[in-house]
Amino acid sequence: MASIELQGVAHRYAASDPKYAVNWLDQHWQDGGAYALLGPSGCGKTTLLNIISGLLKPTEGKVVFDGIDMTGLRTEQRNIAQVFQFPVVYDTLSVAENLAFPLRNRGFAREEIESRVQEVLALLGMQSRAGQRASSLNADDKQKISLGRGLVRSDVNAILFDEPLTVIDPHLKWQLRTELKKIHQRFGHTMIYVTHDQTEALTFADQVIVMYDGSVVQIGTPQELFDRPQHTFVGQFIGSPGMNVLACEIDGADAVVAGNRIGLQRQISAAGVGLELGIRPEHIELSASEGIAVQIVAVEDVGKHLVVRTQLAEQQIAVIVQEGTPIPEHAFLKIDPAKLNLYQDSFLVDAGS
Amino acid sequence: MKIHNNKAWLLVLPVLILVAISAIIPLMTVVNYSVQDSFGNNEFFWVGTEWFQEVLNSERFHNALQRTLLFSALVLAIEIPLGIVIALAMPRRGIGVTICLVLMALPLLIPWNVVGTIWQVFGRVDIGLLGYGLANLGVDYNYTQDTLDAWITLLVMDVWHWTSLVVLLCYSGLVAIPEVYYQAARIDGASRWAIFRYIQLPKMKRVLLIAVLLRFMDSFMIYTEPFVITGGGPGNATTFLSIDLVQMAVGQFDLGPAAAMSIVYFLIILALCWVFYTVMTSYEKQAGTGAGGGRYE
Repeated sequence: MASIELQGVAHRYAASDPKYAVNWLDQHWQDGGAYALLGPSGCGKTTLLNIISGLLKPTEGKVVFDGIDMTGLRTEQRNIAQVFQFPVVYDTLSVAENLAFPLRNRGFAREEIESRVQEVLALLGMQSRAGQRASSLNADDKQKISLGRGLVRSDVNAILFDEPLTVIDPHLKWQLRTELKKIHQRFGHTMIYVTHDQTEALTFADQVIVMYDGSVVQIGTPQELFDRPQHTFVGQFIGSPGMNVLACEIDGADAVVAGNRIGLQRQISAAGVGLELGIRPEHIELSASEGIAVQIVAVEDVGKHLVVRTQLAEQQIAVIVQEGTPIPEHAFLKIDPAKLNLYQDSFLVDAGS
Repeated sequence: MKIHNNKAWLLVLPVLILVAISAIIPLMTVVNYSVQDSFGNNEFFWVGTEWFQEVLNSERFHNALQRTLLFSALVLAIEIPLGIVIALAMPRRGIGVTICLVLMALPLLIPWNVVGTIWQVFGRVDIGLLGYGLANLGVDYNYTQDTLDAWITLLVMDVWHWTSLVVLLCYSGLVAIPEVYYQAARIDGASRWAIFRYIQLPKMKRVLLIAVLLRFMDSFMIYTEPFVITGGGPGNATTFLSIDLVQMAVGQFDLGPAAAMSIVYFLIILALCWVFYTVMTSYEKQAGTGAGGGRYE
């Protein structure tokens, strides 16, 4: 177990590539923390994980474990466990031998291997199939074995998960996630969990790190990410539907969106161009008489509530409405000014309460 | 109610006719010869299994069979491991891949009799580069007179000619292994040997099966090259089944025994291929039955 620090880490896959997959990151992961790395596909999450585990050597910067520079060390020397998106099993070995593989390679004592393997088998609920050949398992079970190989060493510096539950059946997903959380509470490994699924990230981690285009745009608890997105991307990515982002201008204490004035009820220091308002669909009320006049484009019933898609000039605004609420023909939106966030060039400049 | 339409059989007819013309009819003429004797004038007499008994009990057949089996065993023992090693050493990306693949494919493009002629000349002590060179180095090498030299020449030639095939098959198996397996192995701290033993070899099993079967069949049926290089000699030292068979059928015109021998020859190949296939795929069949157990060392 160790704290992990990235110092000015940047990576590009070819020297001729003008774009960095990971963009000059400084990041500190505390010993024993459970972190989720959340972001869309291609934002550099996997690259970052591979840099930590040493599968990739960063173009620039340092990887430091507990104050010791690991940048030049190979994966084998870093003592990291990593679970990949797609199952990797050693076909000719049995389930138990697969779990024992990382321990055998590192020359653990026979008794210790046996007890660790039994423990992980119990954890995965696969004791009865210990002797079964791994190649005969289905995809779910193969991924459980991959997961198990990540958990079998108790002395690892960190366990990295790269979207490990992508191929797993939904009901098993929930169960395994709960198991992982329990394992974390019990053994206190530093865990970094990469995912593009916000539910997965928010349920697994104490701290969620949101990545976008090779950079970390926000680190925080699930609640912070929801209430105060530091970047419009975070607002749009987290929540369903995501935060509405509306281009606006500031005039005194009012925001002007497509000619409509919205009173902010607070002094705003921001000025200039590239200003945007951020408001969650949860914080807008649909009204038949007062507010900003909009056109209703679509009404989606998502089960627990309705999502009303509206349009104001060129801009889309989603509103969450309780089931059973009548949808007015001429709709108006009442926006809670206290919940409005103001962004400039995509970054938060003035947060609501 | 189910309607059976037997006209569907007509669709199989073209294939049936083709197979009949290309395989079954020629094979049946051989079967026909193998149970009859002829004294010319197109007159045939039924002799039953006499020729089969004669072939199976003849020392000549036993010797030729032993030579052929030994040759195939040596070919497999050299070419399969060598092919795997070369495939492992080949580059995975860049210009080197193309260069290697072209160089590897070259020997495979040369016709059998040309390969034989190349080595026949190459090994000659009077004018051949290899033979002349070895003689000048003081090595007593002469494939036309020395049994061991003849065998070595044939084996080296076959390795030169066909190892590429094994390499190409293994290489195709290796490049098909997803990168994530190697990453997982690094995470698991696997040694180079463990990576080979537990990732590369299992993933190559299918192509290796093909390589073993092809190399076995080809080497067991080898004819052209030894015919050109040694002509079966010195003495009978390199008279393999195929050479023996041709001598019997064309040289001595013993159609009956030659036909019986052909069938026995064919059945041996079939049986050995079945054995190879069964042994190499047996692992997969027992996969679901809990083989392996909890071994940790």
